[in-house]
Amino acid sequence: MKPTDISAPDYFHKVVDCQWACPAHTPVPEYIRLIAAGRYSDAYMINWESNVFPGILGRTCDRPCEPACRRGRVEKEPVAICRLKRVAADFKDDIKSRLPKTPALKNGKRIALVGGGPASLAVARDLAPMGYECVVFDQDAKSGGMMRTQIPKFRLPESVIDEECNYILDLGIEFVGNKRIDSLKALLAENFDAIFVGCGAPRGRDLDIPGRKEAANNIHIGIDWLSNVSFGHINAIGKRVIVLGGGNTAMDCCRSSRRLGGEDVKVIVRSGFEEMKASPWEKEDALHEDIPIFNFLVPKEFTHDNGKLTGVTFEKVKAVRDAKGRRDLVPTGEPEQHFACDDVLVAVGQENAFPWIERDVGIEFDKWDMPKVDSKTMASTHPKVFFGGDAAFGPKNIIWAVAHGHEAAISIDKFCHDEDINDRPAPQVKVTSQKMGIHEWSYDNEIAPDKRYRVPHRDKVVALRDIKAEVELGYDVELALREAERCLNCDVQTVFAGQLCIECDACVDICPMDCITFTANGEQADLRTRLQAPAKNLTQDLYVGDSLKTGRVMVKDEDVCLHCGLCAERCPTGAWDMQKYLIDMTHAEQACQRHARSAA
Amino acid sequence: MTYVVKPKFHHPELPKNDLGYTHRDYEGKISTLCAGCGHDSITGAIIEACFKLAIEPHRVAKISGIGCSSKTPDYFLGNSHGFNSVHGRMPSVLTGANLANRDLIYLGVSGDGDSASIGFGQFAHSIRRGVNMTYIVENNGVYGLTKGQFSATADRGSKSKRGVTNTDSAIDLVGIALQLGASFVARSFSGDKTQLVPIIEAAIKHNGASFIDVISPCVAFNNHTGSTKSFDYVREHNEAVNRLDVITGRAPITVDYAPGTVQVVEQHDGTKLALRKVDADYDVHDRLAAMAFLQKHAAKGQVVTGLLYVDADAEDLHAHLNTVAAPLNTLGEKELCPGTAALEKINAALR
Repeated sequence: MKPTDISAPDYFHKVVDCQWACPAHTPVPEYIRLIAAGRYSDAYMINWESNVFPGILGRTCDRPCEPACRRGRVEKEPVAICRLKRVAADFKDDIKSRLPKTPALKNGKRIALVGGGPASLAVARDLAPMGYECVVFDQDAKSGGMMRTQIPKFRLPESVIDEECNYILDLGIEFVGNKRIDSLKALLAENFDAIFVGCGAPRGRDLDIPGRKEAANNIHIGIDWLSNVSFGHINAIGKRVIVLGGGNTAMDCCRSSRRLGGEDVKVIVRSGFEEMKASPWEKEDALHEDIPIFNFLVPKEFTHDNGKLTGVTFEKVKAVRDAKGRRDLVPTGEPEQHFACDDVLVAVGQENAFPWIERDVGIEFDKWDMPKVDSKTMASTHPKVFFGGDAAFGPKNIIWAVAHGHEAAISIDKFCHDEDINDRPAPQVKVTSQKMGIHEWSYDNEIAPDKRYRVPHRDKVVALRDIKAEVELGYDVELALREAERCLNCDVQTVFAGQLCIECDACVDICPMDCITFTANGEQADLRTRLQAPAKNLTQDLYVGDSLKTGRVMVKDEDVCLHCGLCAERCPTGAWDMQKYLIDMTHAEQACQRHARSAA
Repeated sequence: MTYVVKPKFHHPELPKNDLGYTHRDYEGKISTLCAGCGHDSITGAIIEACFKLAIEPHRVAKISGIGCSSKTPDYFLGNSHGFNSVHGRMPSVLTGANLANRDLIYLGVSGDGDSASIGFGQFAHSIRRGVNMTYIVENNGVYGLTKGQFSATADRGSKSKRGVTNTDSAIDLVGIALQLGASFVARSFSGDKTQLVPIIEAAIKHNGASFIDVISPCVAFNNHTGSTKSFDYVREHNEAVNRLDVITGRAPITVDYAPGTVQVVEQHDGTKLALRKVDADYDVHDRLAAMAFLQKHAAKGQVVTGLLYVDADAEDLHAHLNTVAAPLNTLGEKELCPGTAALEKINAALR
């Protein structure tokens, strides 16, 4: 193998698994250390700059970081990264003075943002401080989009949405509520310099099976029903409720039903329980609220009597894998099963809908009737129009919407300054030694086994009485500190300098995880079998260092490194050092500064 | 000194031995020696050897004297018996322990100061008596604890860290061990675990006095140009006569060797030592030739390593003395106080 080029920004970034997995690349270990130090406002600001909605995401994020967390590979469960984010939001001081100021002098560019959800707000947040005049249009009276309309208040209190949306709107952004954009052509005619479409995936998929029309009064589309509940238009449901679907919307539907009079609420899914799209913790929360989940049942018919829904009939299926390993659901041949109910909530998916985009304005659509959007620049085929969030590539989640927003903001900034939007500025990387003196390191490196701490919940009886009562109470300071200490500081990197190494084996002997091997070089597949411990996790890189006197190479398997720093601590020559790697993802503002520098 | 606690986590795929232990289970406390000390590598090699042999930790007695080397038994086999004796007296304490309980595995750990200076006599007598033990000298040629004076194993002509040339002749412990009748003699290098680990395994499996001289660079006081015990010097002048594979149990030798390159030595307990010859003419059973070979190469400034001599059928001190087969602590009152008649008999024999 060739020696590893650690100056490539991605190499160490990948070692910080959580940050690498996060679409917005939030520097997770950095803010967790600040939480441990009680510096909640600082931790919050790091999050705010990166993911824009720390308080909201700290309650609702899909947490791609957690399955990636290294702690989950050396112990059973990952660090509760998401809920620690919430801690930063809960315990911060007033941070308003730390937010960017609206520049007195505007740059004369006007941007229209369609939809007031996370994607649009992220774009506006990035552009407004640079002098852009941002106008956000939304069909609802208040901003927030799906965060406000689809996420039940018992998971995300209104006050948190208000606070974090206002941080952005207060940057001098014009919010036009109750205004549905129904013609892109007309919007383009208004001469905005650029248009960002972040209108989400607003259409809930329906279930067209016999009885749908006849029993329509008691069959509701999940996301529409949730938004009606959110606005207080609906405040009751039948005693017996069936929720169809296995995603997070289904979980929100069933749990909301339990709070609006549903006593016998069940979730029924086509697939197996394990393959459900809902996050495991959301399934767990539903089960905890006495909502059973029935699987491998395909709805066949809504049964009704005199226009009143009486139940749903299901066909039993089983999962069969075909020759190519694809899963197929085939009927078991058992008799159909009937579940009686008063109401059905259909949460079987969401779709994009762009009836308001005229097909002759220059935006190309693909065969699925989705606009053609560049996954890097978020540009459509119309030079002025950019997409992001669910509107771009179909339903994802908030953190993806934010990531799209950052990229779109860079593109818009470049477009407005006649630059090539495909020329993406590289992120800034800082690598700093953490050695403070002999045996002194500037981070907590005493790694001990410690199980994940549970977030305290409100008493179930109380929680089920009030749909606005937040179920999760969040960590208190002490629990937060303990959970924060589970973080392995994966951003504090083991950096090897072969020319200093005397090959004394001290690092090999001390490494608790048998990560380090000195051996003859070879091809990667061969090397992976010849290490102190087998390196079977192919998703994790091997760090190869050369310049050794014996001609061997140092090979470190990054997989289960605890970042305890013992290799550096026991190295007599300083060939190993622990260096903090901080990558500053490029946002529109940095991209702009870069431009200013190169122009000067 | 290292103050960071070594985390209890271990690699999820770590191999386990027949007892279900990983090599981590053979560790001791974290080392307090200087970072990079060769002794820590030897500690690592002892851990690896005991893990590979699936030794039950409570069947081991580790005994040492005074010095950097003699601190190391604290850093391996944390669940074994240990005795940190006075300076140079490890061999005597070990001999006594061995006589009292012959069932334990005896691991004597010493240094060049402990064995070649103050304890030279103790070393000599334990070897010539054939005590069943593994005697490891962690040899760095320098008094590290007192800041770098030459020890008795420092080569004549080698330079101290401050530039002083050594004028005394060196004691070659391997040569002495051979002369005194050690039945297993080897030399290795702390920076070469692939050679050292099987040597320690073989020595533990050997019945009789096993002596291993391990060159172990002192990173603080003896790892400079002019030293003959530095990493660089030993790597450049290492003359390995063979490489060793230890095959325990009844498993047939399945490793594929080129014909004529391997000599298999079966030890007393059935353990097979497969010696891959590096020097084709070297005979591991010829004590005299070994001594000559060592002297010849030492004169050229070369460090001969490998398994230098083995007598697979050696007997130990207990055989020489015809002692009771059971450890003394298992004997009951009847055996220990055989009665007046037996006493009379003994007394009569002495009259």
